[in-house]
Amino acid sequence: MSHNYTVDKLLDNMAADLQQRLTARGVRDPLLIGIHSGGVWVAERLHGLLKLSEPLGKLDISFYRDDFTRIGLNPAVRPSQLPTTVDDRHIVLVDDVLYTGRTIRAALNEIFDYGRPASVLLAVLVDRGGRELPINADVVGTQMDLAPDEQVKLTGPVPLGLSVKRGG
Amino acid sequence: MIQRNMQLDEQGRLRHFLSIEGLKRALLVEILDLAESFAGVTEQTVKKVPLLRGKTIVNLFFESSTRTRTTFELAAKRLSADVLNLNITASATAKGETLLDTLRNLEAMHCDMFVVRHAESGAAHFIAANVAPHVHVVNAGDGRHAHPTQAMLDMFTIRRVKGEFAPLTVAIVGDILHSRVARSQIHALTTLGVNEVRVIGPKTLIPTAVETLGVHVFHDLRAGLKGADVVIALRLQNERMQGALLPSEHEYFQLYGLTEDKLAAAKPDAIVMHPGPINRGVEIASSVADGPQSVILQQVTHGIAVRMAVMAMAMGTVPLGEGKAA
Repeated sequence: MSHNYTVDKLLDNMAADLQQRLTARGVRDPLLIGIHSGGVWVAERLHGLLKLSEPLGKLDISFYRDDFTRIGLNPAVRPSQLPTTVDDRHIVLVDDVLYTGRTIRAALNEIFDYGRPASVLLAVLVDRGGRELPINADVVGTQMDLAPDEQVKLTGPVPLGLSVKRGG
Repeated sequence: MIQRNMQLDEQGRLRHFLSIEGLKRALLVEILDLAESFAGVTEQTVKKVPLLRGKTIVNLFFESSTRTRTTFELAAKRLSADVLNLNITASATAKGETLLDTLRNLEAMHCDMFVVRHAESGAAHFIAANVAPHVHVVNAGDGRHAHPTQAMLDMFTIRRVKGEFAPLTVAIVGDILHSRVARSQIHALTTLGVNEVRVIGPKTLIPTAVETLGVHVFHDLRAGLKGADVVIALRLQNERMQGALLPSEHEYFQLYGLTEDKLAAAKPDAIVMHPGPINRGVEIASSVADGPQSVILQQVTHGIAVRMAVMAMAMGTVPLGEGKAA
């Protein structure tokens, strides 16, 4: 059983919401950082919608995961690429799906090993609940109420779509 | 009993890193790709990732080394592991303790990985065959046999500068006979599929039947360097030489020393490598070692990322409960 959703409308709403929050905080030059792979795809779209000129940061959090001693290293780990220093920057961290919060914990740790940002906002396309850590998103594309055995996955990069699967 | 490569676990993942021989191209490429990711860690303000936090790595050096031990130590520390440096020549064996007793004692201290250097070929394999299931072993050089992390950092350096392996002609010059580095390089280069591997040196320093490894033998330096993309000079290992293999260092330099003049026979964009430590004026002229084609110091830098990759991969293969097979 699989459902497919288009995400263009969700991205438009996210961009508007994010712009509003950035304006309210007086942030003019946010640094967008996407988490590999789905988060980078979402961040690329938001980057375009917000018409930012500075290149996107890309984060691979494999070296910061908390399950290394259980499942070993992700064989497809890529280098993280942060365009400039993160010191005193206002960062928008972007991921596709927010679930347990462990990925975001790892991403925050990695960002802080690059420097000390002024602030971090979290933007996610899907918040599916099921948090295991005290982490919440500032900007959410859509909420999904999924059972633990259901998986939501972002397919892409072109076109972006969401599919929900049971099992696996 | 199923015979399998003791370096790999049931899923074909790297458990120990003992020798390039017997490893598939995909695994070598995985090491290089992972090292590329670890190279980025040095760009961080905090040059550390928490991957091996709480793990203990022992540098077990039965033979002296500065560069290799230091880069292994730095690599382990950048992975957040605790590192113990043991110079065994000076301690236990001098008091008559056997190698196995030393190992048992270190295991009793809950160490997770041994990085082993030993003057005897096969020492790292012996240790890997005798450690507890949760302990991993990395060979940091055993006798004349293998020095796999050196070979992989050389491959990493070649790939960074030249991109693809397939079109390359690589010439390894000098004391092939005593060189574990050369043996590991030859296995790595042929596994990664370079166009041609050449070994160049006097007859007394080329092992017999080395052609069976898939290399071409040259005794004339200029002829061997002709058209080479990569030139690897090896250290003349005087300390391992028994008997009169060479008339003199001076004559060796005349015939096989890498000078600007002789290097001109290689391609104009050829790179010059050396595993170190270099004997200036013996196997390589200072003007070449410090010259524009030299990537010798880059090799040292790359050693850290490559050793991080190997240690992380091996430590990532944890035996899950049932992995206690005898």
